[in-house]
Amino acid sequence: MLEALTLILVCQLFGEVSVLITGLPVPGPVLGMLLLLAWLFLRGGVPESVGRTADALLSHLSLLFVPAGVGVLVHWERMRGQWTAIAAALVLGTLITLAVTALTMTAVMRLTGRGGSNRG
Amino acid sequence: MADDPFTTLWVYLAASPLLWLSLTLVCYLIALRIYRLGGESPWLNPVAIAVALLIGLLILTETPYQTYFDGAQFVHFLLGPATVSLAIPLYRQRQRLQRLALPIVAALLASVLTAASSAIGLGALLGASTETLISLAPKSVTAPVAMGISEKLGGLPSLTAVLVVSTGILGAVLGTGLFRLLGIRDDAIKGFALGATSHGIGTARAFQVSPVMGAFAGLAMALSALVTALLLPPMLARFMAAGG
Repeated sequence: MLEALTLILVCQLFGEVSVLITGLPVPGPVLGMLLLLAWLFLRGGVPESVGRTADALLSHLSLLFVPAGVGVLVHWERMRGQWTAIAAALVLGTLITLAVTALTMTAVMRLTGRGGSNRG
Repeated sequence: MADDPFTTLWVYLAASPLLWLSLTLVCYLIALRIYRLGGESPWLNPVAIAVALLIGLLILTETPYQTYFDGAQFVHFLLGPATVSLAIPLYRQRQRLQRLALPIVAALLASVLTAASSAIGLGALLGASTETLISLAPKSVTAPVAMGISEKLGGLPSLTAVLVVSTGILGAVLGTGLFRLLGIRDDAIKGFALGATSHGIGTARAFQVSPVMGAFAGLAMALSALVTALLLPPMLARFMAAGG
């Protein structure tokens, strides 16, 4: 558990430091994710403790968004001033993105004959 | 007044991160309980309920957000390690990823482009400021990535965080109904669309529906975080140069 957590944090640290040094336009944790992924492929499997720690972190992913969500308090004035634009971008943008993504995937699966993903 | 034991206790607690850290967890657990009591209806989204409870508490106690965040930052910090951890579900799904490579790449590009352009287009059409537009653009990707993008491009990272959470909640609430309307039944497709649009909150919702849906949502969240982080900054920079 402690080793797994250290591994995850060190990957993030390397990610953040590389972004700082190279000025890549990618956020540090994403680079950290790629590093961890590369390590998993090199190793050829997920060690049990790393799997358990990652699952624990990801199983309460929604909780981690709560502090940022409460930040709506700080932006209340700005959001009220541009209310219609923000609401339209949020509601319509979300519906359009969901629909386009799902329909594109359906179409390409049909074209390539790769339907019925539940088989695998 | 200062001798009042309650006031003394309040002054002590208000100065320590423990109070708001604990209350964040307590409010989230209450929200989860409400969500389960309501038959896991998407309308009772736990993040939305927890945020509403906490905002109520902050207003009642006249606590500034900064004081709240001093405690809640310990929870917020875990978003980074959670992003790194996405490597594990990605690795576990590598065979499915290979088999469905073409549909996944197509859906991924479609979602990244649609998410950013629909947000910017609708926002610009209805008169949002440039700062707001930049903050809106990365709203479909997980918070630490979206905040990083927003900061790099001159948006407001904390506003982006709020918009990211809102997009997550909206996708989780509206997704199921929209898929029924469109006649989409494949759990892999539903999960992928939810994860690509509504990141972690959509993924949390997908896992509650089925494991296949959850796995594909997690996959989509990780891939779209990666692709958006690579594509959006140069895309937006060009857009801003063109638009003035």
